[in-house]
Amino acid sequence: MKQKAETLLEIHDLSVSFRMYGHGFSQTELQVISDLHLTVYPGEIVAVAGSSGSGKSLLASAILGILPGNAAVRGHLHYKGEELGQKRQRKLRGTEIALVPQSVAFLDPLMKVGVQTDGHRRPRPTEKRRQLFRRFGLPEETERMYPFQLSGGMARRVLVSTALLADAKLVIADEPTPGMSLAQSLEALKMFREMADEGKAVILITHDIDLAVEFADRVAVFYAGTTVETAPAADFKSGVEALRHPYSKALWKALPQNGFQPITGFQPYAGSLPKGCLFAPRCPHRTPECEREVPPVREVRGGEVRCYHGA
Amino acid sequence: MALEAKNIYFRYGRNQPWILEDRSLSVERGERLAVFAPSGYGKTTLAMILAGYLKPTRGEVLLDGHRLPQKGICPVQLICQHPEKAINPRWKLKRVLEESGLLREDMLAAFGIEQAWLNRFPRELSGGELQRFCVARALMSGADYLICDEISTMLDVITQAQIWNVVLDEAAKRNMGMIVVTHNSHLVERLATRILELC
Repeated sequence: MKQKAETLLEIHDLSVSFRMYGHGFSQTELQVISDLHLTVYPGEIVAVAGSSGSGKSLLASAILGILPGNAAVRGHLHYKGEELGQKRQRKLRGTEIALVPQSVAFLDPLMKVGVQTDGHRRPRPTEKRRQLFRRFGLPEETERMYPFQLSGGMARRVLVSTALLADAKLVIADEPTPGMSLAQSLEALKMFREMADEGKAVILITHDIDLAVEFADRVAVFYAGTTVETAPAADFKSGVEALRHPYSKALWKALPQNGFQPITGFQPYAGSLPKGCLFAPRCPHRTPECEREVPPVREVRGGEVRCYHGA
Repeated sequence: MALEAKNIYFRYGRNQPWILEDRSLSVERGERLAVFAPSGYGKTTLAMILAGYLKPTRGEVLLDGHRLPQKGICPVQLICQHPEKAINPRWKLKRVLEESGLLREDMLAAFGIEQAWLNRFPRELSGGELQRFCVARALMSGADYLICDEISTMLDVITQAQIWNVVLDEAAKRNMGMIVVTHNSHLVERLATRILELC
C-alpha cells in the first residue's frame, strides 16, 4: 500500500478492552475503544476532541504501549509504514514518540523539577531546558522547586517542556493546556505548530476546541470509544453548518460563546453500548436504520463521518 | 451573611517568597464571584485557604463573622482542579460519595453518574468522570458556599455545560455563594455576577 509509506502514524480498526472480575472468578470484557481509525501525516497537528471518557487518553496509552496489564489491544498500528508492536513501542517511546501526560500527578513528587525534566538524558540538556522554561515564562527558581510547590498551570508547562525536550517525531499531548492562562496556552500551541512545520507531527488531545482549531490542521471527534468525524479544522471555525456529524454539531453549540446549550442524555457506558450507532439514543435525526447497525465511515465534503445522514 | 477573607498572607516557609500578600475578598450568598489571574498568582492557594485546607500565615477567614468550624462537614466546600488528587485512591466511589452524607439519586442522575461506576476504583474512571463525583460530593454535603477551582477544564464542552447548569440550578435553589476560578473568559461571562482580578 502506497498510502502507508507516507503516513507517520496509521491506526486501523483499533479496539481496546479491559478484563474485569465479576463475581468470584468469572471475568467480563469491557470494550472501551472500538473500530477506531486515525491517520497522522508528518507536518500536521491532529486535534482530538470529544466527550470525557470516550477513550482519548487510552488511545494515547495504546500508541505508546503503556496500558495496564488487564487491557487487550486488537487492530493495526503502523508507525512510518511498519507495524508498531510492543518491542518497537518500548524502543520508540520517550525518544521518537513523546507524551505530555494528562495528569500533573505524573511528576515525581520527590524530585526537583529541573533534574526531573532533564530525565535520563546524558549529557543533561540543562541549557535547552532553561530556554524552554524561559519561553514558557516559568521563573528561574522553578527548577529548584518540588512539584507540590508548583501551581496547576506551572506544572502543565513543566510537563509540556519534558515532551518538547525529547525532540520527538511525534508528540502526543494529552490535554496540555488546562490551568494555563490564555497567553500561555497560545505559546504552548505555537510551539507545537512550529514542531509540525519542521515536519514532525502532534496529536493534540483537548477540550479547548476553540483554541485547538486555530493551530490544528484536522480535528478528529471521538464519542464512546470511536471516531465519529474527522474534519478539516477550518470547518470548526466556519460554524455548525460545515460540520458533518450531529455530535460534532452538538459540541459546537455547547461552547460557552456559542450558546452553552447542552444536548440531553449522556454518553453510553462502555458496558452497555447500543447495538447500532453509538450516538443514536441522543441523536435528533435518528431513524430505525441507525438503531440496527453501526454506520460505516463515509467521505463527505473532504472529511470522514460515521453517520447515515451526515451531510 | 458573607464569606470573607481579610488581609490574607501566605508562604510555604520563612525563606520562601510570598504567594499571597494582603489579599481580601468577600462573597455574599446568592453571589457568583469569578477570580481571574495569570497562572502562579495564588488562585488555588487562596481557594484552599477559604475552604480551610490551608492556614494563612497572616490574616483570617470569616464565615458570617465567625471562624470556620473545625469539626464536621465544612459549610464552605472546595472542588479541586485535579479530581484524581482529591479522591482517596483506595476507596470505591460509592464510599467517596457517602462520606459527604446522604446519597441523592436525583443528583446522580443529573450528573449522569452510572450505577456501575459506584463499585469501581477511582483509577478505573476518566478524569471527567471523576470530576462529576467531586462536584456531586460537594453539592450533596449541604454546603452554603462553593469554591470551584477550574472544575470544568477536563470536561468536554457538552458535559461542561450540563454540569454548570446543574450547579447553577442547585446554587440558585439553595441561595449558595460561589467563587469560580477559571481561565476561560467566555465561561466567566456566562457564570459570574462579579469579577475580581488578582494582579
